[in-house]
Amino acid sequence: MVEEEGFRRYVAHVILWIGIAIVAFPVYLAFIASTQDNALIANGQMSLLPGGHFLEVYYQTIFIGTSGSTREPVGNMMLNSLVMALLIAVGKIAISIISAYAIVYFRFPFRMPIFWIIFITLMLPVEVRIYPTYKIVADLHMLDSYAGLSLPLIASATATLLFRQFFMTVPDELLEASRIDGAGPFRFFWDTLLPLSRTNMAALFVILFILGWNQYLWPLLITTRDDMQTIQVGIRKMITTTDALTEWPVVMATAVLAMLPPVFVVVVMQKLFVRGLVETEK
Amino acid sequence: MQKQAIFQSKLLPYALVAPQLAIVLIFFYWPAAQAVIQSFLLQDAFGLSTSFVWFENYLDLFKEPAYFEAIVRTFFFSFAIAVSSLSFALLLAVMADRPLRGSTLYRTLLIWPYAVAPPVVGVLWIFMLHPSLGVLSRYLRAGGVDWNPLLDGNQAALLIILAAAWKQISYNFLFFLAGLQSIPKSVIEAAAIDGARPMRRFWTVIFPLLSPTIFFLLVVNIVYAFFDTFGIIDTMTRGGPGTSTVTLVYKVYTDGLLGGNLGSSAAQSVILMVIVIVLTGIQFRFVERKVTY
Repeated sequence: MVEEEGFRRYVAHVILWIGIAIVAFPVYLAFIASTQDNALIANGQMSLLPGGHFLEVYYQTIFIGTSGSTREPVGNMMLNSLVMALLIAVGKIAISIISAYAIVYFRFPFRMPIFWIIFITLMLPVEVRIYPTYKIVADLHMLDSYAGLSLPLIASATATLLFRQFFMTVPDELLEASRIDGAGPFRFFWDTLLPLSRTNMAALFVILFILGWNQYLWPLLITTRDDMQTIQVGIRKMITTTDALTEWPVVMATAVLAMLPPVFVVVVMQKLFVRGLVETEK
Repeated sequence: MQKQAIFQSKLLPYALVAPQLAIVLIFFYWPAAQAVIQSFLLQDAFGLSTSFVWFENYLDLFKEPAYFEAIVRTFFFSFAIAVSSLSFALLLAVMADRPLRGSTLYRTLLIWPYAVAPPVVGVLWIFMLHPSLGVLSRYLRAGGVDWNPLLDGNQAALLIILAAAWKQISYNFLFFLAGLQSIPKSVIEAAAIDGARPMRRFWTVIFPLLSPTIFFLLVVNIVYAFFDTFGIIDTMTRGGPGTSTVTLVYKVYTDGLLGGNLGSSAAQSVILMVIVIVLTGIQFRFVERKVTY
């Protein structure tokens, strides 16, 4: 109905490809740099085509690390990031879904105040309570531990809200039916509610995994030991202030490795990702 | 709104909320309360005695030129990041919101930077525009620009804004695309029948209908620029040169690292808290309107 002549369509394609190029170029450059010789890069004579050092650089990055600044294998950093991301994602989903279950399916004194207490944490991101939280974690002897990396971030107002909203839409008949079958609160949760929440949980997991993997400020503060470093913290320490010492191919290979898991998740689970993104913003 | 069908149990609901409640109280409310209390106290130089000083820490902060500059800078960064990222993402979304061949491919190729962590964004951009080895710096210098973001504060600020806006394109694009697709085609067709050309249709029909999305994204982008740019700044400029890229969050972090004044650091945290509360409040008021719309 609306006119859409060939020229406009052509312009749209061109603009979209320019957008894609702008979005992709820094990443392409990182990949190219990770396959080249450091001396060439440091001279500013880097080629814009892949070099021949791919295997060598990635082997060194994953299993050995830089020779100067951190000397920690990036493979180990990735493992730390993975554990942290999984603990954060699974932990947030687990504690949120059971608190939402309590708030929706039970009547108890202080039900709404508890809901609000959880809800208001939305306004207390880690950035506004950095050092007091650090002190508590230090007092609990959780510095340089997976518990310290994940526990303080594991509460989730958004996830609780999301599950609460979803449970409200679940028909009451389901509960009545399973009650006739003799199911108690545990059976109903496990056999009925959890399977129904599967898509929501998956969408949330995708978003929370990315969020967890990309944590930066908190791990930066509470990890001092090199072997507890996450990849995001590790990459920062690889860029030394005296430029000459920075091993750019290794830094860039680390950047590529740091991007790989979350980007893979977004691209492969795109539907869930988009759903999770839109749902968590409501 | 309440459920009619519920379970009867006295203790079980408390057991179910206990884990979340424990974490929230220990790691959220307790430190936040500490920050508020601390912000009204002043410690002597040896940390031996503390006294209650009302708002002195806050007043001192606002008298400190560096803090005032950080406030102005943070707001400027937020505004610049939001406007540049939003307008570019809107352009792309408008282009993608038509029956084009390969439109799902375009979407995939545009949304993945969402997953790139801020410190990595910083590393990518400083590498690309590094004064001595950056690939793009060569062209800038060949074009007569004296490019050195490690020495020139304005160039450093520009670099932060560009990198932060770059990361946010995909998020904005996704929401703009969703917003555009929710506009009924009949409205646009009606405008076309009335003889409105595409540009006019965009500004008089599509843009106003998109305003809730734009407003929502504006708030989200400002929150993003306030808090998530920390990683970008820390890997790219570390606040420098001088203090030309120090934002409020970055200042809390560095002031705390130096260890000095607990009261001042706490007061900075409390001010950030107030900012978050205001921004979240605006966001929620708006979300209600989106539902009715």
